[in-house]
Amino acid sequence: MSQTIFYILASLSIISALFVVFSKIPIYSVLWLIVCFFTIAGHYVMLNAQFMAIVHIIVYAGAIMVLFLFTVMLLNLNKESEPHKRTYLKFAAILSAGVLFLTLLAAFKSTNLTPYQLPEVNEVGYIQNVGIKLFTDYLLPFEISSILFLSAMIGAVVLAKKEK
Amino acid sequence: MNQITITHILFVSTALFFIGMYGLFTRRNMITMLMSVELILNSVNINFVAFNKYLYPQNLDGIFFTIFIITIAAAEAAVAISIIINLYRSHQSIDVDDASEMKY
Repeated sequence: MSQTIFYILASLSIISALFVVFSKIPIYSVLWLIVCFFTIAGHYVMLNAQFMAIVHIIVYAGAIMVLFLFTVMLLNLNKESEPHKRTYLKFAAILSAGVLFLTLLAAFKSTNLTPYQLPEVNEVGYIQNVGIKLFTDYLLPFEISSILFLSAMIGAVVLAKKEK
Repeated sequence: MNQITITHILFVSTALFFIGMYGLFTRRNMITMLMSVELILNSVNINFVAFNKYLYPQNLDGIFFTIFIITIAAAEAAVAISIIINLYRSHQSIDVDDASEMKY
């Protein structure tokens, strides 16, 4: 049962990622990227990380993708305006991406990654565990990321401000 | 549940990574390039969560790496989009080949 769900999710995410890269109109690629993010959230649920799935949907599909959609509409990119890129660059991209992909796949197939069969974490206090660990062991990165957000906000405002 | 080995998930994330890499190489539209970068970051996130679940299910460190990657991705998207808007304002296009003043 879970295997079929996994295969459906995996094929959906790969197909939607391909549509993101290959569709010529930017707004279609934004919409396909939202589909891809939902399937990735499904992968998180399958991997027993429900909290990550929720955070992923809220942050990516809710915030970042809305930002992308607004930008695409604001810049009026709703048309097919992209001329062809030079063919040697396309060839180089296919070659490098494909060869690296095949190499990594061969490596995964030949290594024998046997997972430990440890007992599952107690599911009930999962979010509680995340919160406790976030505010004790990971307190410094947490605070630093708040400073990062502040600087990103100021930087975005300064960069997008109209020059006089 | 344990029918799915970690190799399957690594296959999916590797495929997503290289689709994003291909998009980053071949597209000229800056917004689509940024979306390819988001695909790459998401494939890394899947890897972190998968390794956390299969190898160290008693720890939560992979989850925290994923949380901080999502945080940085959000900040990065905001700054990059403001740069794109600024570029559009000065060049009237977001084609990367049009912004070549600093190339030489």
